[in-house]
Amino acid sequence: MDRDDRLHYEDRTPGVEEYESGANVLSYTAGLGLAVLTTIASFVVAQTDMLWPPGIPVGLIVLALAQIGAHLVFFLHLGSGPDHTNNILALAFGILIVFLVIAGSCWIIVNLNANMMPISVR
Amino acid sequence: MTTATATIGAVPTELARGRGGGGPAPMRIVVAYGFWIFILSDMVMFSALFAAYAVLSGHTAGGPTGPELFNLHNVFIETLCLLFSSYTCGLGALSVERRHPKRFLILAALTFVLGAAFLFIEFSEFAGMISQGAGPSRSAFLSAFFTLVGTHGAHVTIGLIWLIYLVAQFVAKGFRSAVLRRLLCFSLFWHALDIVWIGVMTLVYLMGVR
Repeated sequence: MDRDDRLHYEDRTPGVEEYESGANVLSYTAGLGLAVLTTIASFVVAQTDMLWPPGIPVGLIVLALAQIGAHLVFFLHLGSGPDHTNNILALAFGILIVFLVIAGSCWIIVNLNANMMPISVR
Repeated sequence: MTTATATIGAVPTELARGRGGGGPAPMRIVVAYGFWIFILSDMVMFSALFAAYAVLSGHTAGGPTGPELFNLHNVFIETLCLLFSSYTCGLGALSVERRHPKRFLILAALTFVLGAAFLFIEFSEFAGMISQGAGPSRSAFLSAFFTLVGTHGAHVTIGLIWLIYLVAQFVAKGFRSAVLRRLLCFSLFWHALDIVWIGVMTLVYLMGVR
């Protein structure tokens, strides 16, 4: 056993074998293709009247969520496999907090704005 | 003690999933999980900045507004730079996994160049805005804009410095498992920054020019 092998051996917890992830060039390329498509779609939607104008923000949010989904699956390789259960649970909790912070702030401040006395212009 | 070790050794590796059964999870999974928790906490911080921007974006105090300041052509190029740098970073991680050192170095260099191009466009945009008198102190909208986009830019800068450091470590030490785990964490960080940028691009720029 040479020095490098020993380092490898001591560095690993029991049960570590050669690592083989599900990632391959094809999955990264598919992710890139999907991300480029959704990016182009977002820019087109924002700059034209292809969508019903009042629905454009919702359309942009949907496209952004689709792109985030593509990133999570194809770049970060989150999956439904048993290796990912802990990561998915943490992600779900993170999404909950992010949603509470953003939606809660907007809700509270819009209410405050609506209930403000008109500011008199001096 | 010997019995315990023997028992752990006897358990098939594919049963170790980090949830107690089948023995301890592989270190790679534990490290990636810990770093994933860090990334999620970073996302929570960004969510506060996004909320601040959403609340303040209309408060321009008579100063310049989003449609007057934003150039979607530049934003599109920035987005593609970051996206392709995420792609080359992923392929780099893959070439490390498959033990192709030369390919990894080329892909890491591409990742760095694309990330630096993104930063260059962003900084020239900031400089242009400040020279027009639209600096962070002009209005609540611009304070929120510079805080949100600037924090993302600071993350990209830190990522580039980290990448140089990791490549130097890789050149000096080779395919050592500690180095491989650091590269794994870096690629998680880099992909996560791209996800934050999707939010910035959509909320700040695309919704801002309407």
